[in-house]
Amino acid sequence: MSPTMTAPAPALDAREAATPYPAVAERAAPARPAIIDCDLHNEIDSLKDLYPYLSQRWRDHLDAFGVRTPNSGYYPRFMDHREDARPPSGRSSGSDVEFTRQHFLDPYHVAYAVLQPAVLANTALDLELGAALARACNDWQVAEWLDRDERLRASIMIASEDPVAAAAEVRRCARDGRFVQVLFKGRLQEPMGRRKYWPIYEACAEEGLHVASHAFGAYGHPITGAGHASYYIEDHLSPAQSVQANITSLVMEGVFDRFGIKLISIENAFAWAPSLMWRLDAAWKLLKAEVPHVTRKPSEIVAGHVYITTQPIEEPPRPSDFSRLLDHFGAMADHLLMASDYPHWDSDNPDIVLPHTLPEELKTRIRYDNAAALYGF
Amino acid sequence: MRHVVAGADEIAPGERKIVAVAGRSIGVFNVGGEYFALRNRCPHQGGALCEGQLWGVLQSERPGQFDYQPSREILSCPWHGWEFHLRTGQSWCAPDKLRVNRYAVAKVAGADLVPGDDPQDDAGAPAPGMVKGPYTAETYPVERDGAYLVVELPTGERPARVVATGSRSPASATLPGNSSASP
Amino acid sequence: MLDGTGVEAAIASCLYAVDSVHHPDVAAALAGAVNDWLSSEWLQPEPRLRGSVVVPIRIPALAVAEIDRVAGRPGFVQVLIPARTEHPLGSRLFHPLWECIERHGLVAGIHFGGSPVTPPTPTGWPSYFIEVYADMAGVFATQLTSMIVEGVFDAFPKLRVAFLESGFTWLPAHLWRMDKEWKNLRRLVPWVKRPPSEYVREHVRLAIQPLDAPPEPGPLLDVVAQLGGDHMLLYASDYPHLHAADPEPALLAHLPRALQVKVRSENARGLYRL
Repeated sequence: MSPTMTAPAPALDAREAATPYPAVAERAAPARPAIIDCDLHNEIDSLKDLYPYLSQRWRDHLDAFGVRTPNSGYYPRFMDHREDARPPSGRSSGSDVEFTRQHFLDPYHVAYAVLQPAVLANTALDLELGAALARACNDWQVAEWLDRDERLRASIMIASEDPVAAAAEVRRCARDGRFVQVLFKGRLQEPMGRRKYWPIYEACAEEGLHVASHAFGAYGHPITGAGHASYYIEDHLSPAQSVQANITSLVMEGVFDRFGIKLISIENAFAWAPSLMWRLDAAWKLLKAEVPHVTRKPSEIVAGHVYITTQPIEEPPRPSDFSRLLDHFGAMADHLLMASDYPHWDSDNPDIVLPHTLPEELKTRIRYDNAAALYGF
Repeated sequence: MRHVVAGADEIAPGERKIVAVAGRSIGVFNVGGEYFALRNRCPHQGGALCEGQLWGVLQSERPGQFDYQPSREILSCPWHGWEFHLRTGQSWCAPDKLRVNRYAVAKVAGADLVPGDDPQDDAGAPAPGMVKGPYTAETYPVERDGAYLVVELPTGERPARVVATGSRSPASATLPGNSSASP
Repeated sequence: MLDGTGVEAAIASCLYAVDSVHHPDVAAALAGAVNDWLSSEWLQPEPRLRGSVVVPIRIPALAVAEIDRVAGRPGFVQVLIPARTEHPLGSRLFHPLWECIERHGLVAGIHFGGSPVTPPTPTGWPSYFIEVYADMAGVFATQLTSMIVEGVFDAFPKLRVAFLESGFTWLPAHLWRMDKEWKNLRRLVPWVKRPPSEYVREHVRLAIQPLDAPPEPGPLLDVVAQLGGDHMLLYASDYPHLHAADPEPALLAHLPRALQVKVRSENARGLYRL
């Protein structure tokens, strides 16, 4: 042995070593539990992927002008997609359904996956273009994703800042039962509960669709309530704050009780939820005269209408704190949904993302049962 | 137990080779003529660590100042970017608590690997996959006049659980998860 | 208030919104007037009172000048900084301010509110004050992120920070998240040498009012334990403002005796050098 070898004391290996198991060749075939992945990304390699679904008018427009969005600046970063998720076809990560199938859906025993398309339709400043892109994106999802793998379900892309057009797109797509929800980005022009967006919720309620709030996005506002941050690490930390503001807005504007819709928070972490519910109740106790239309405790409204995906997973320093967090969730633990975020760099490995200290029955609910009940799979 | 994993000149400086040894996936790296071998599995979430980018050591004494030592000895996980030092296997974030297994690598002459009972028969011929003595060549062809990289695994070390992307073992589903990062 | 409750020392924070004034010289003049008034009409007549320096936060150089002007006067122990600023407080724009506060041995008291021109959430202006009230915890969280990733505590290692009217049950979740992101992305901010939670536990304290507490004491005690030390919380009345919970029955009564003593006085005595 070389003198530079490490001392044999890593904690992980010590724990592994305590469990005897057979050599690789002797093992039985993999028997992963089935999962429902509530956050799988289907991406375009370039806008050209959508050209077959756009009219010549918009193809020419895109060639000349591209997609203009509110300029919120740029946070330089060195990580984007999982480095092992690049398809051999040369297309960009997440844009090759066959590779997604081989690299993720098959090996991880994914029973259903809900697609979150990454297309700029929702932030296009030209609202006509946004509507055209949303429509093209949804047609592309049907032809090139949903029709190619029966395990896939999809989120309806909308140009959220034109709610009338968005509601029409929701109704058009709702005819295909494989669309299960409507996709909002986390940072919008206005907080999600504002009346501007109500036509979309009305359409969702009529069509029995859920509403998803996916992290990030930008509509020109700073990414914090105290101005523009400097670093991508702040950008990547801030979705928890946006989604709390959006949930607060949906509660205080009375949207949940008015429309009965359910909100699925995606990629926003989840350890903030108990504290938010406590805080909303304290605020409502003090200030409910300002919002007389909110007639019951905000925590009850949240518990009845908000679902949260697991990725990026919480990593408290002590495993017991993870269990304690789920204790604080109480009945809301049945609103936690497994999500991978494949193929993004911060995606979670469904095999090991849930701490081994959790009861198997609870893990099964998070992996599968909660989402199956929510989406009716 | 020692395992022949590559020809001595097979891995150029700055390059790496990922090999399967006794059921483990191991990355063998050549950094400026020095060789390092690490378990190809990130202790965070099981990513194929040795497929990640090599970085220099990036440190700073104050905001806006960057001290970058470009000697590409930091291996960054292709999933979440956690950094591990090739020399020690230690993580950047918790060097005392979290590390990846590393193994000794030696450059060994073929004559020391292949038994020389009958030099006439051996000359120029590929050695059989398995050779005598304390060395295991597995599938790597060894010749007496070649030179080879040999990775040493501690005797009796338990086999790996995760071998290759896409064909993980059932046991991996019960691995300690993210919580293992901080016992 | 002071006589009736056995207060040994109280730190007065005059929430005079000079940061809503665009004109920099008017803002500076108003801040100076508040501080002179606070010094002569509150701190000098009442020995139990300590004061917070009001500053024109939009132009950090003017804030520094005002602190330099009044910091030597008896009674000032803190600089009052609004939670909502036009730029996050870790920004290098503010580093001269942190240098100044550290040099004078004052505490940076970051307080609920603020009047920048930007919205209080990353997703625009909410309709109701109740939303601003609830969303302020998110503003504090992002300010904490900013100060750590911009290296404020590396550059100014003696800086002490108090979060005032921030709530605290949100903090453990945010510490976990910051530590996780540091493992992933610390190369973007290599001056951050340790897990962010360590900086927070060394440099930051939180006042207990308003209490964002769960209905049952069990989860609340869990969260108090997850703060990572008995030194983190400071007693606060927020007199004369009104909040939903009385911290005595809702929090203090459930704490072990030794921790109660720390929250009631010892932690503040240490932080403010009282």
